[in-house]
Parts: sequence; C-alpha cells; structure tokens
Amino acid sequence: MKKIVQVTGPGIPLLLDDIDTDRIIPARYLRCVTFDGLGDHVFKDDREQHGDHVFDRDHHKDAKILIAGRNFGCGSSREHAPQALLRWGIEAIIAESFAEIFHGNCTALGIPCVHATPQQLKHIAAAVEADPSLHLTVCIETSTVTHGDTKHDCHIHEGTRTALVSGQWDYLGELLEGEPEIRATAGKLPYMTNFA
Amino acid sequence: MSDTRNLFNRVWDNHVVRELASGQSQIFIGQHLIHEVTSPQAFQMLRDRGLKVMYPERTLATVDHIIPTQNQARPFADDLAEEMMSAIEKNCDEFGITLLDLKDHRQGVVHIVGPELGVTQPGMTIVCGDSHTSTHGAFGSIAMGIGTSQVAAVLATQTLPMSRPKVRRIEVNGELGPGVFAKDVALFIIRKLGVQGGVGYAYEYAGTVFDAMTMEERMTVCNMSIEGGARCGYVNPDQTTIDYIRGRPFAPQGAAFERAAEYWLSLASGPDAEYDDVVVFDAADIEPTVTWGINPGQSVGVNEEIGAVDSFPASERAGVREALDFMELQEHQPIKGLKIDVAFVGSCTNGRISDLREAARVAEGHRVADHVRALIVPGSQQVRQQAEEEGLDKIFEEAGFQWRAAGCSMCLAMNPDKLSGREICASSSNRNFKGRQGSPTGRTLLMSPAMVAAAAIAGEVVDVREIAAPVGV
Repeated sequence: MKKIVQVTGPGIPLLLDDIDTDRIIPARYLRCVTFDGLGDHVFKDDREQHGDHVFDRDHHKDAKILIAGRNFGCGSSREHAPQALLRWGIEAIIAESFAEIFHGNCTALGIPCVHATPQQLKHIAAAVEADPSLHLTVCIETSTVTHGDTKHDCHIHEGTRTALVSGQWDYLGELLEGEPEIRATAGKLPYMTNFA
Repeated sequence: MSDTRNLFNRVWDNHVVRELASGQSQIFIGQHLIHEVTSPQAFQMLRDRGLKVMYPERTLATVDHIIPTQNQARPFADDLAEEMMSAIEKNCDEFGITLLDLKDHRQGVVHIVGPELGVTQPGMTIVCGDSHTSTHGAFGSIAMGIGTSQVAAVLATQTLPMSRPKVRRIEVNGELGPGVFAKDVALFIIRKLGVQGGVGYAYEYAGTVFDAMTMEERMTVCNMSIEGGARCGYVNPDQTTIDYIRGRPFAPQGAAFERAAEYWLSLASGPDAEYDDVVVFDAADIEPTVTWGINPGQSVGVNEEIGAVDSFPASERAGVREALDFMELQEHQPIKGLKIDVAFVGSCTNGRISDLREAARVAEGHRVADHVRALIVPGSQQVRQQAEEEGLDKIFEEAGFQWRAAGCSMCLAMNPDKLSGREICASSSNRNFKGRQGSPTGRTLLMSPAMVAAAAIAGEVVDVREIAAPVGV
C-alpha cells in the first residue's frame, strides 16, 4: 500500500465557490467505460467559454496542487471528476470546504483534500499568482501547507489523514480482511432473510 | 434508560461491521443499486484484482442515464452509449447480478425503480453510484451516493469505510397551500440552509408537512438532500410507509411482512430522540418556487423578484453575479414572465405517477405555446404504463407535449435529449448547474411538475395557481 505523506509542486488557483462536478467534467464525457483520457476534458465548458482559463495557462501546466473555494466538487457523485483532475496532473486540493461525496472519491484515489480558511487560500493563491513556479508543500502528517518561509496550519479530516499516511486509503484489502465480521453482521440483519 | 438514538444512529449501529485503523467504521451495505454510467470501471477494478462479488443478490442493476427516450432500437445511434449498454450487460452476466434492461418492464430510473419494486425498505443501508440515492431515505433508510471506487468496494465486500455524520432534524409544520408541492419544500429548505448547509449532516425531515406527505412526495424532498449538501436525508417510517411497501414484489410477504412492519416502525426516532441540530420552518412561508441561478439554492417564490446582489451575504455575491451574468438576468427582475424555450417533466426527482398526474391536471384542455418544446418523460416503464392506463398520455399529446419512454432524459443530457444554445428550460429535475442539460450555455429553471406544465402552456414562467386550480399536496 502506498503511503501518502506529502505532495510538493506548483499550485493552480481557482478561487470560486460551489464548483460542481458537472463543471469539472461535463456529463457528455461520462459516456465511457474507462477513465482514460478524461484529463483532456477537465473544466471543458468553462475553458471553451472563457478564454484564458487557468487550466489553459502555460505557466500552470505543471501544477500539482489545486487551490479552490467553498463547497468544491458539489453535485453529481461522478468519480470521473477527481479522475479527470488527477489525470490532468492534480495530486492535492486545498479548499475552504469540499462536498462530501467528492471528498470521499478523492480520498479513495489518494488525493488529499486539505481545508484552509479563506484568508489562507487568498494568501496561497496570491503567492502562486506572483510566482507560478513556486513549489507548495502539502504535508499530510501535520496538515500544513508551506511555501518559502510561510507555513499555514490547515485541516485534514482525521480519518482521511490517517488513511493517507498509513496507506489505508486504498481500503479494499482492509475491507476484505473483515469477511468473517461482514458475514456475522449480515446474519443479524432481518432483511437479509426477507424477515423469514 | 430509554433509547434516545434517532433513526439514523439506530440504523447505523445495526450496520457497523468493525472499526478500521483509520478511525472510520466498516459499514455493511444492505442494498446496492447500479447503473450503466458509474459501474463499468468498478467491474474492471474487480477483474484487475481477481475479486468476485460477495453478495450478488444484494445488487440490482438498471439502465437509465444514457438510454434514448425515443428510438430505443439496438444498437443505439450513439456508439459510446451502445458500448456502455453492452458493458453493463456483460458485467451483470459475468458477476451474477440481476439487470433490468430495456426489454424488462421493470426498467427505469434507478431511484424510481428501487422503491416501486419494494427493493427499498426502511432500516437498510442503501448506496448507488449516483448522488440522488438520497431519494431512498424517504423510507427511513440510510441512503447515499458513492463514487466508482466505492462501487467496487461494495461489489467486492458489501461494505464501505464511513465516518458517522451529525444529524439535523428539519421540521416543517403547518399545511402547504394550494399549488405548493414537495418540490417547493425541497427548494425552500435549500434556499434557507444553503447548498452546502448540509455538509457533514444527515437530514431528518419531520413535522406535520412530512407526516401528511405521500411516499412519492417524501422521495422528492429526500432526493434533493444532496443539493443542500447533505449526503442523505430521511423520513421516519410510519403507516404511510408500511402501506406503500405492502404487496410490492421484492417486499416480504404474508406473516413476514407483518414482522417487517413491526421492525421498521421500531426504528423510528422517538419523541425524546437527540439531534446535533434542529431547525423549524413554517409551511405557510413556502410558495411555488423557481430557481433563477446556477445552483439549486438560488431561487425565489414565483411572485418575488430576484434579489439585489448587495442583499446577499458578502461571501455569496461573486457567485450571485456569476449566476446573473450566465442566466442573463438582472437584479430586481421578476421571475414571472421569463420566456422559456423548453419544458421538461421527468427525472428521479419528479418522474413518478403523482408528478405526471399533477402536470396532466394543469395541461388538460390547454395547448403548449407554439415556441415551446415540451417533453414528458416517465421515470420508469411501470410509471409509463400506469399513466397510459389513466389516459395521461392522451392528455399530454393532445396538449402538444411529447410522450417519451422511461429514462433520465434531459435531467443530465447524456442521451439525445438536451438543450441547444442558450435555450431556457423549465425543468422538474434537480440541478440548474451550468451546462447540466447538455448545452454548455443552456439555462435551467427548476420548479415543480405543475409549474413546468403551466410554463409550457404560457410559454413563460407563470404562477400555476393562475392557470389551473391545482389540488396541491
């Protein structure tokens, strides 16, 4: 199991609130049986409607850390959204808050979701805009974001943080180990026998 | 000592398999629903790891998102849609899962099919790779949307790692006025509590308004829990719930049903149940509601005008400006009188028989405005059949509405039904996000099915109470 303790790389700022997963990846790109190639379509409609979208700017093409606003990833449960971000190159997201299903999907893919205050986000975004090559470091163990001499104390959900640093975010194996307990729990639920 | 747990915590506790190293709980999933869009990669994950489905009888598959609602002949005109159909057929066959395909009269939108077959029952944990899984909470279950990696985990282990959310009780008391529907209650709650107000919470809907609602109305409100940020919402089971489930094909039968009913009722939150938060609303404050923006919280009563940007909290103003700009609307503009191009009645929110009846009651004896394209899309083949037995299809067709086959249709436009260009759609669906209905620049106004039918006839947003005398909830 891969332990995820730190993500380091350039940032990309998108400080908008309530960005929904239809905007991250429009539904027409969900007509697929694999996640391959989704990275090309991330924010497709926004990018086509508004020239100079941050995801099209050459100086952000190597970005690994997305800096977002409030309620990021709301709406549809489509895992295609974090899959598209991941395939574009995003390895961590810092935001004021996350929609829950999106947050769970990110964790299942090993993408840390870091909660920061609006002031911290503005500060980090300003630093990235001033120098797009600036490397940010997201430390999962300490829930901090560092750039240069500045360190921000942020927040990562405890269960998520533990899962990432222990490698348990890839949870299928751990769940399977519980098979005897799974069968015992199932045996106590009356609907499993249709109340016979 | 009395048990002061609410329903959510009772059901949760019944499903805890064990605690995980991360501090999360491994939760048993009683019912898994799948569809063609979010499952193919999950089956591939199983193949890649050499895993089987642990409880194939606890997963039910249907097809809804990508299927055409007009020409359903195979192969589909859209190669990608055909590939997805073939994939779910192959996957269900290989892994031993029951699939309700187009040839099966039980096929339909996943959140309509589960309840109408009696698959959805109180006291279960229910998940599906679709955010509107919250619909099933109407029965007093814990029901929530999940992503594809989680679909794979449920297939392989019938469990998920989860953290227990907080529970907020939302009481709506009083009586809804004529022309005010469950959809209006949902939009009202989201407007009041915000699109992210429910993050971290399960919503318990209660109060005299919910007590009086039918199961279909409860499903409409629970369906939109996720639009308010709550991953699940539920209503405590009562006699209405029991009466709805009785006799449905997947429900327990005979003496087993009586045992089930007793068990289901025993799970309901008691009068001394504890909550993390309680909010109370008055039904008299709820009007027929219409969204004007690009998220479901941006709505007004049909006789209100859109608020001034400065009337919103500072943190929301940028989003309000973006919405007004996209929608080409102005501050202080009345929503009534806004011209529409398309009308859509359908979706997992409002594609049930009661929704079609309300729309038909408004449509009967009128004509769809010449410039409006109007679609009625039943949520399942059984809803379609029931509507035809009641003659609703004739009412709609005589009024100039198109009568379609069951599917998700124009709710998310992964199929041929979609907006084009800057069209404005009066829609009974659940999301008004930018591009949601298939045109990147298309615009959506969410409202109740009766309000959609009224808008289709008038050619613009109107107050349904001025067109017809709807029976109301």
